[in-house]
Amino acid sequence: MGSDALFYVFGAIAIAASLLVIAQRNPIYSVLLLITSFGALSGLYVLLDAPFVAVIQIIVYAGAIMVLFLFVVMLLNAPHEETPYDERVHPLLREGPTRFGGALALALVAELVWALTRRSGSGAFAGASASSVSAIGRSLFTDYGLAFEVTSVLILVAMVGAVVLARRDPVSRDRTAAGGDR
Amino acid sequence: MTPLLMAQLVLTLFVFVALLSSSAVMVYVERKVAALLQQRFGPYLVGPSGLLQPFADVLKLLFKEELRPGAADAILFAIAPVISATAAFAAFAVVPFGASTTFFGLLSEPLRLQVADVNVAVLVIFAIASMNVYGIVLAGWSSNSKYSLLGGLRSSAQMISYELSYGLALAGVILIGNSLSVTDLVNHQAGAWFGFIPRWSVFVQPIGFLIFMIAGIAETNRAPFDFPEAEQELVAGYHAEYSSMSFAMFFLAEYINMVTVSAVTVDLFLGGWHGPFLPESLGWIWFLAKTGALLFFYVWMRWTLPRYRYDQLMSFGWKVLLPLSVINLLVTAAGVLYFGV
Amino acid sequence: MPTLNSYLVLSAILFSIGAAGVFLRRNLITILLSIEIMLNAVNLTFVAFGRALGSADGQIIVFFVMTVAAAEAAVGLAIVIGLFRHRESLNPDSFTSLRW
Repeated sequence: MGSDALFYVFGAIAIAASLLVIAQRNPIYSVLLLITSFGALSGLYVLLDAPFVAVIQIIVYAGAIMVLFLFVVMLLNAPHEETPYDERVHPLLREGPTRFGGALALALVAELVWALTRRSGSGAFAGASASSVSAIGRSLFTDYGLAFEVTSVLILVAMVGAVVLARRDPVSRDRTAAGGDR
Repeated sequence: MTPLLMAQLVLTLFVFVALLSSSAVMVYVERKVAALLQQRFGPYLVGPSGLLQPFADVLKLLFKEELRPGAADAILFAIAPVISATAAFAAFAVVPFGASTTFFGLLSEPLRLQVADVNVAVLVIFAIASMNVYGIVLAGWSSNSKYSLLGGLRSSAQMISYELSYGLALAGVILIGNSLSVTDLVNHQAGAWFGFIPRWSVFVQPIGFLIFMIAGIAETNRAPFDFPEAEQELVAGYHAEYSSMSFAMFFLAEYINMVTVSAVTVDLFLGGWHGPFLPESLGWIWFLAKTGALLFFYVWMRWTLPRYRYDQLMSFGWKVLLPLSVINLLVTAAGVLYFGV
Repeated sequence: MPTLNSYLVLSAILFSIGAAGVFLRRNLITILLSIEIMLNAVNLTFVAFGRALGSADGQIIVFFVMTVAAAEAAVGLAIVIGLFRHRESLNPDSFTSLRW
């Protein structure tokens, strides 16, 4: 009974926060609202008997990836988007392609809901949940061992790639008085 | 409203009040110990030997004017201390501080002295510790002042760098205790070898303990890792623009983080509430004593060691502590595999 | 009484919100954030199905999705930083020099 109400509470928070994420002009507010949405999703994972995934969601997504986003937003310090549209109208309410896109998004919701709920079976949850953390760990290192190792290589590649891509070009030796590094 | 539920509510309230008062006690202890280390008196005017000094401090902070820089982002400026304080309190929610007790038979079943009994408690502590970064970086950014911004960014970069070693040191203890629940890890340390050496994890994982303590000190931005908030360097860093109760909340958050890191260290490495002479139900006395010893060690380190420069701090975290914690984990895993657990 | 369908409807709504954000916003960072929303909706679907079918595979796939999302966010943000240094703008409409 209490967990039913919690599902609706967490679901409402997740949807409201995500809507606000795409509706904010200031990217810092978007990042913070997305963290709220991740927190609500973490609560939903706990309701789905997946406490490990819930905690990993907070540690990885809300605690690491969003910090990365926040740092980049602060580094770039470009809070407003410049568009050829009228600046006074909210980005999501502008005429033309934006409104049509909004209508298409609603159509997408309808299609996804139709596609996902067309299954046989009652849809209620099975009795007991299978997984404990040790079961997940065992399966991760045996059945999915190759994927695990490939993922670690992927992270290494991403680290090296991010450092290379974000590095400033080395400044040339004879710097003129007028120029900086760009 | 069963008696058990009421007891849990009372326990939650008790933990909250205890954390608040521990922060006040730490204010006094820090100033008194610092004074004694520096061969001066410290607070001695307010109350008998200065014991009411924290109250005087809180009253002073309450009566100060609450300022906000004009160009500061109002919402973020207001939220940042709240995030810091909330994360600090929330991390203590899964830390057990005593054995299960029935309070002399008043309750029908034993109540764990832990606000929330989660079976992935160690990870929850780590998760909430990684939320501390947001309070600091938002405080630095929203103050719209260069010292605050630099202090905030440096402080948060330091915290996320040392989180890695923090987590890997935790992983070593988890391997030995074979569980993610803090209560299980504590109970794994009951008893003694040869009758007199207690089975604390610190004897099995000495390097892990050192790494955990050092990373914990860096996580809480305490000396010798307090470059981003030192008065001599960055005009108090990320909380430079805060005054009155917002500043008090950052202070509170820092002390409660210290208490939490000490409590977690005691639970995971130093045997929690197990101790030689007292019965199980009075184990919280041992817990308090050990946590108090670690807090004294924190204060002692602050007033004894010079602080690291920021680049030395970061290179220490990445080039020394992280490889050491990885090697520790590998050796622990090899040992667990070979000797069995 | 939330059934599997309720979780799937919720994740469909979140996915569409993310997709709308990717297509409608003209700010590179917000686009990346919307991609993260979409990935989270997919994670929720995986965990919900894993729970309904009683297997741990749902949670394991979520583990991999999270890792890939982290890698993609890191590289994507590095690219955004590089682009910003070029044009001083975060609007994808100003990076059209490859268009004929």
